[in-house]
Amino acid sequence: MKHLTELLEEQRRFHTRRWFFRDCGVGLGGIALASLLGQDHALGAASLLAGQRPHFTPKAKRVIFLFQGGAPSHLELFDNKPELAKWDGKLPPAELLRGYRAAFISPNSTLLGPKYKFAKHGQSGAEISELLPHTAAIADDLCIVKSMVTDAFNHAPAQIFMSTGSQQFGRPSMGSWVTYGLGSENRDLPGFVVFSTGKKGASGGANNYGCGFLPTSYAGVPFRSVGDPVLYLSNPEGVDDSFQRDTIEGVRSLNQKRLGLVGDPEIATRIGSYELAYRMQQVAPEAIDIAKENPDTLALYGAKPGEASYANACLTARRLVERGVRFVQIHHEAWDHHGGLTKGLKEQCEATDRASAALVTDLKQRGLLEDTLVIWGGEFGRTPMVQGGNDGRDHHPNAFTMWFAGGGIKTGQTIGESDEFGFNVVSDKIHVHDLHATILHLLGFNHEKLSVRAQGLDFRLTGVAGEVVKSLIA
Amino acid sequence: MIESYQNARTASKTLRFPGPIVEGGFPTPAPMISGNRFLWICLPLVVAASHAADLPPAAERFDFQRDIRPILENSCVSCHGPRQQKGEFRLDSSEHLRKGGENGAPFANGKSAEADFIHRVARLDADEAMPPKESQALKPEQVGKLRAWIDAGAPWPEGFVIRDTTALELTKADLAKLPPAATRQIDFVKDVQPIFAGACYDCHGPKHQEANFRLDHKPTLFAGGELGAALVKGDGAASTLIHFVAGLRPEGRMPKKADPLTPEQIGILRAWIDQGADFPDEASVTIEDKRDHWSFQVPAQAPLPQNGESHPIDAFIKDRLSHEGLDFSPAAAPTSLLRRIHLDLTGLPPTIAEQRAFKSDEVDKAIDALLSSPHHGERWGRHWLDAARYADSDGYEKDKPRINHFYRDWVIGAINRDLPYDQFIIEQIAGDLLPKVTQEQIVATGYLRNTMLNEEGGVDPEQFRMEAMFDRIDAIGKGILSLGLNCVQCHDHKYDPISQEEYYEIFAFLNNDHEAQPRVYTPEEHQRRANILRDIAAIQTRLREETPDWEAKLAAWEDEWRAAAKPAWTVIRPEVDKNATGGQRILPQPDGSFIAAGFQPTKSTTVMRLKSDLKGITGFRLEMLNDLNLPANGPGRSFMGTFGLSEFEVDSTGADGKPAPVKFARATADLQAPEKTKVHPLFNEKEPKERYFGPASYAIDGNPDTGWSSDLGPGRRNFESVAVFTPAAPVDGTNLTFKLSQKIGGWNADDLQAAQMGRFRLSATTSPAPSADPVPPLVQAAFAVPREQRTPQQVATIFSQWRRVAGKRHPELAEKYSKATAEIEALWAQHPEGVTQFTLMAREEPRLTSVLKRGDWLKPAESVTPGVPAVLNPLPENAGDDRLTFAKWLVDRRSPTTARALVNRVWQAYFGTGLVATPEEFGTQGEAPSHPELLDWLAVDFMEHGWSLKHLHQLILTSRTYRQDSRVTPELLARDPDNRLLARGPRFRVEGEIIRDIQLSVSGLLQLDIGGPSVMPPAPQFLFEPPASYAPFPWKEATGKDRYRRAVYTWRRRTTPYPFLQTFDTPEGNVACVRRTRANTPIQALVALNENLSMEAARAFAQRILKEGGSNQAERLDYAWRLTLARPPQPDEIAALVPLMEKQRATKSGPEGETAAYTLAARVLLNLDETFTKE
Repeated sequence: MKHLTELLEEQRRFHTRRWFFRDCGVGLGGIALASLLGQDHALGAASLLAGQRPHFTPKAKRVIFLFQGGAPSHLELFDNKPELAKWDGKLPPAELLRGYRAAFISPNSTLLGPKYKFAKHGQSGAEISELLPHTAAIADDLCIVKSMVTDAFNHAPAQIFMSTGSQQFGRPSMGSWVTYGLGSENRDLPGFVVFSTGKKGASGGANNYGCGFLPTSYAGVPFRSVGDPVLYLSNPEGVDDSFQRDTIEGVRSLNQKRLGLVGDPEIATRIGSYELAYRMQQVAPEAIDIAKENPDTLALYGAKPGEASYANACLTARRLVERGVRFVQIHHEAWDHHGGLTKGLKEQCEATDRASAALVTDLKQRGLLEDTLVIWGGEFGRTPMVQGGNDGRDHHPNAFTMWFAGGGIKTGQTIGESDEFGFNVVSDKIHVHDLHATILHLLGFNHEKLSVRAQGLDFRLTGVAGEVVKSLIA
Repeated sequence: MIESYQNARTASKTLRFPGPIVEGGFPTPAPMISGNRFLWICLPLVVAASHAADLPPAAERFDFQRDIRPILENSCVSCHGPRQQKGEFRLDSSEHLRKGGENGAPFANGKSAEADFIHRVARLDADEAMPPKESQALKPEQVGKLRAWIDAGAPWPEGFVIRDTTALELTKADLAKLPPAATRQIDFVKDVQPIFAGACYDCHGPKHQEANFRLDHKPTLFAGGELGAALVKGDGAASTLIHFVAGLRPEGRMPKKADPLTPEQIGILRAWIDQGADFPDEASVTIEDKRDHWSFQVPAQAPLPQNGESHPIDAFIKDRLSHEGLDFSPAAAPTSLLRRIHLDLTGLPPTIAEQRAFKSDEVDKAIDALLSSPHHGERWGRHWLDAARYADSDGYEKDKPRINHFYRDWVIGAINRDLPYDQFIIEQIAGDLLPKVTQEQIVATGYLRNTMLNEEGGVDPEQFRMEAMFDRIDAIGKGILSLGLNCVQCHDHKYDPISQEEYYEIFAFLNNDHEAQPRVYTPEEHQRRANILRDIAAIQTRLREETPDWEAKLAAWEDEWRAAAKPAWTVIRPEVDKNATGGQRILPQPDGSFIAAGFQPTKSTTVMRLKSDLKGITGFRLEMLNDLNLPANGPGRSFMGTFGLSEFEVDSTGADGKPAPVKFARATADLQAPEKTKVHPLFNEKEPKERYFGPASYAIDGNPDTGWSSDLGPGRRNFESVAVFTPAAPVDGTNLTFKLSQKIGGWNADDLQAAQMGRFRLSATTSPAPSADPVPPLVQAAFAVPREQRTPQQVATIFSQWRRVAGKRHPELAEKYSKATAEIEALWAQHPEGVTQFTLMAREEPRLTSVLKRGDWLKPAESVTPGVPAVLNPLPENAGDDRLTFAKWLVDRRSPTTARALVNRVWQAYFGTGLVATPEEFGTQGEAPSHPELLDWLAVDFMEHGWSLKHLHQLILTSRTYRQDSRVTPELLARDPDNRLLARGPRFRVEGEIIRDIQLSVSGLLQLDIGGPSVMPPAPQFLFEPPASYAPFPWKEATGKDRYRRAVYTWRRRTTPYPFLQTFDTPEGNVACVRRTRANTPIQALVALNENLSMEAARAFAQRILKEGGSNQAERLDYAWRLTLARPPQPDEIAALVPLMEKQRATKSGPEGETAAYTLAARVLLNLDETFTKE
């Protein structure tokens, strides 16, 4: 447990130390050059955000969360329900609906058979839909969980819940907890990066990657796969590099004089921030420049330089974790198929299947998968009951599917089962809190101990719940 | 009142209260029966039983937990419960009760007057009276409550069981079963405590106190728990504790979760009690009494330390410094101090003129001037807006724009006029309940309404109303009381003496409101409106004067209306097809109307089905009704309270079983129907086409681009209205399907582009040839009042309606009246639009509040009445149970935390950290105050000076503590890194808003207008479009002066926070925030360097230096330094900057080189740490 003030203090002490030992009196040109040449490892260990001491040896060091916002239908993608096909057009058994609340539909709507076919794949014989041929091809690298449950069944609360472990706004997100816990491995890039692809933005917006009461340094930084990767990264129009360097040199020089006069270490931190900003200007564009990838890799993902796409974001995510970014969240909001399910699912699978699978394959080829945790899933599932005519499904919190790869996950297995309608979980139920506990565990943290004191309480990602799911862990 | 005679007095009242009274004097909608599950309102009974006359009357209402349960618990279950079932009857659970006993069901037919149960408890027959002993007889009121309960069907909370808490009378046989007492001398520590520790502590120890009983704490062990005393000293066999461990209690054997005690162990316990139950004090744990915590004591002033410091603040600070072996730093340089007080009091750096005018020995004068500046409210209002979680959008998924600036401006204005803080709170919690309420006071209740609002498709509006309630209590807890209350939503507070029940008692104070959105006007608009109403009244007065017999004519018209045959309407209640509402919730109401809530699509067709046995339906009536929960009271849901009905369609299934559309011959509406009017531009589609509102016939013309509306333009948009649809042939169908097609909306449901029906009611008639009553509902309401009792306003309402038909009825009046009507219409066209604001308005019928199990709104448990936590100040005697009572309680002089909380936050704003470092939490988990006596002294002083914030500011600003130099020496840094002891002046980065204001002010771009709609300065457009934003948001970058307004006016969209401000730690406004973090990140550097407006400011600043700064570089840099930092540059600073400027100057020739050099200088200055910092 750590007090917030302590946290800020620690950050400040770090900056001060760094400034006194390293930057004091050294002109910017020298610093920038050294670090740009990639030769500056003197402070590699003492990274900007040093992180906490893990509670035990981590199996995963970084996370890529492929957040399928809007909630994809588990019934068409992973949770094969032949029985549901037989019940197509019939009303569900009454006992199934006791106490059930649905978002749009009257719960007592007829059942809708699965729209797509399934087959078994890999040595593990995982059942995967015909819509996901690429995911199917890496079945043995995945751990598929068909028994996820959540508490909320409207998008914004459920996404906030998946992202922060609470339906109340204002809590730190998973990415900021992880960055807080593990720190950042790259001084020139943010520790927590967010992409938004899909048709819309995250439901609940910036709160899905906010830092809550943690310092702003732990907030997710939105990146784009086209244009400026980070907001205001480029020099403004009419400002060339020499102007920019001179400006920063002027700021540094005057700040340093002020520091000498008033002695506030906060000024040292400010000097560090400007220096870092300048380095980020050089480093970040390169980090996201997928044109530098070879054509085979581009083809593997289906990525096309210059396009805003899920595939590009996946490939960029790999480039970022390679460079030490701790947590990448790709928010692909496109799965809310109340109607047009058949066509919509097909479209979205075509947009994401290849790249999701490619990311796992690519990380594996590069030896990164071992300690990179890849998570795929949405905020809830969809009803076996029909919405509208015969081509839509409503929100459903009682059962949905996610998959996991890499980072200490026991792959080549499917965990959990839902009932014959895919309505309720019947075995190995995994609640969102359990998932969070397990993710932190893989990263080396006891979720009950990784806490921050704010508002007089010790807050944690898992609230007062959560149990590590042993079966997920290799 | 459509137009009315308004004398000056009513006009002035109009100015003050633009709510329902003014907008045509809406009749307040009929109070609705509470939708609550546990409140029953009973109808008068027809008494049938023979001796029912002797029964006490049934109560008007009852609450199970409050009224019924205690009776059953205290008077019945000891004989008819788990232990005894006399007469084979028990009533400790719903199942048992309903099963009855040997005399059958206790109230077979559900009528209390005939119920055997009631006859017994009312003691009608002494032989059968219950309870049997006369001394235990129920009071007549109790019998009345029981009657009301039975009449309502004897509702019983699901799963609830009444416990038998009466003393257990064990028989001798029972006691004979007890293991014998040990015969030796028992030692508590050696013999007894190990038994307790092994068997009992898990449930009755430090972690849990089941039944409120614990055995490790001596006083609690002897006091007993919920079931009364556990021990009878000297008599083990009579002690409940022994009965429990021996398994003699109906509740079951203890320990529940471990092995039973052995007979030997029980014998030891018996002997211990027999021997006097000795429990050495030192063997007991001690429990801190949390009520003794500092923040729960009413603050009192301690005497000032006598240490030579005459200023109270300095005396306390010095006291602590001396203890620590420290002393004050020297006074800050006057120029530093000037910039400090400017940034602190107005958030703006001193201008050159202000610097010149400043005399170093007149700091107090400068402070007075700044405290009277209108920009003071902008600076300090922002702190409160954080606590009030102010935002300009709804939050959650859709995050629609919310027009909210009246509240923000109210806060700024209140600070500027130094509205006493107690009044400031009262108006925000209950402004609407104050006598002679003003528009501003109603607007102030927006504080409670600043909650987020989830209107994504498929939400249950009640769920998110409850979320909003939780948020309101959280905001009050953090912002007013400095107590974290949100954990008490689910369970008793783990650390502070506040129970879950007490949380819901607070909830009960806030739970009885309409989420109202009245229309409000600016002072100018009020004036314009008053003028228009006055002019209209004058025209009507003239007409009356020129029509001497107007009263007789009017009466004749009214009489004719009365005499006319009217169709007999039957309200029909078709069932809403949940799958066909476009994601909207259409909620049926007790009066047969429907209220639309939740998501509002721009286009929808609501489908409703009815099985009817009406034969030969000749007409359908659609009433559009007002409701206080709709924008501007409705009847529509658009941001103006309007609606558009594109088509009214009915399918009828005849005898042949085939549905066929009903053909309508005509559609009529009351006289208020508008003429052909273009739809509001906000409702345009992406490709605008001609679309119209108009008469009812538009709803049966098969054209989706035309629709019926009751919208008569500004000032008259929100009347109740009626349309009647008349089929070509009578309808006999038994299955009717209604399709209410509402297609006149824009393209973006996540903007304010929808105009769905808000509240409506359907009726049918079989009377011949029905059409809409030409007299609108408002006028009918005036007709309903006997002629001689009508108010002038009601007469005016009737007159203005008659004016429209007078010409037709009396050809001689035609010209004059149509001319007057045209004049009046022209006046209405100039009426200001106004905007609607989120406020609260009390409901007539209070909701019942229940404790929610684990905070789940679907799991209500026992009900509660309004109340406050016992650990805080009590409510006054005979206090009411409305919000106003609660508001006054919050700012009661005896409140232990309210004044402290405020004083602490003001201190925090000045010194960076509060006297209590956790301003959101003063409970036992918060941090202890660094200077407790000072905190209390300030709190009391604040209250004694009429809760005046300006007094508090003045006090702090005149202290030596505040005016110290802020230099940090290595020694001080080591001794006191956070400057809690205040051996130096405050030095820290200013807030994001102030950084922006400094940029704009220094560069000369700043526009100092105060108040008004929020503005949209430059921001990357892609942020407001998918996929960066969930919904496309109309961020229209300001091009005029609004581009350069102070940051407090920047539009705050919750899911897309303004990047500049967010980067500098400005909160999103999702939840109350009383302490911002103050990070220092590279992203901040990027933003301050590169962001559009930051760069624009740097360029403008360069131009300003060149233009105003003098003729040479030295003068110009001096000017630039003074503008930015309020001090001249040091030679070494100039020496550092000039070479960089030279380099830029050399890159370009002539004026361009000069511009480049100064742009560099300007940009450097705007990025200095000192620029961002209050030194």
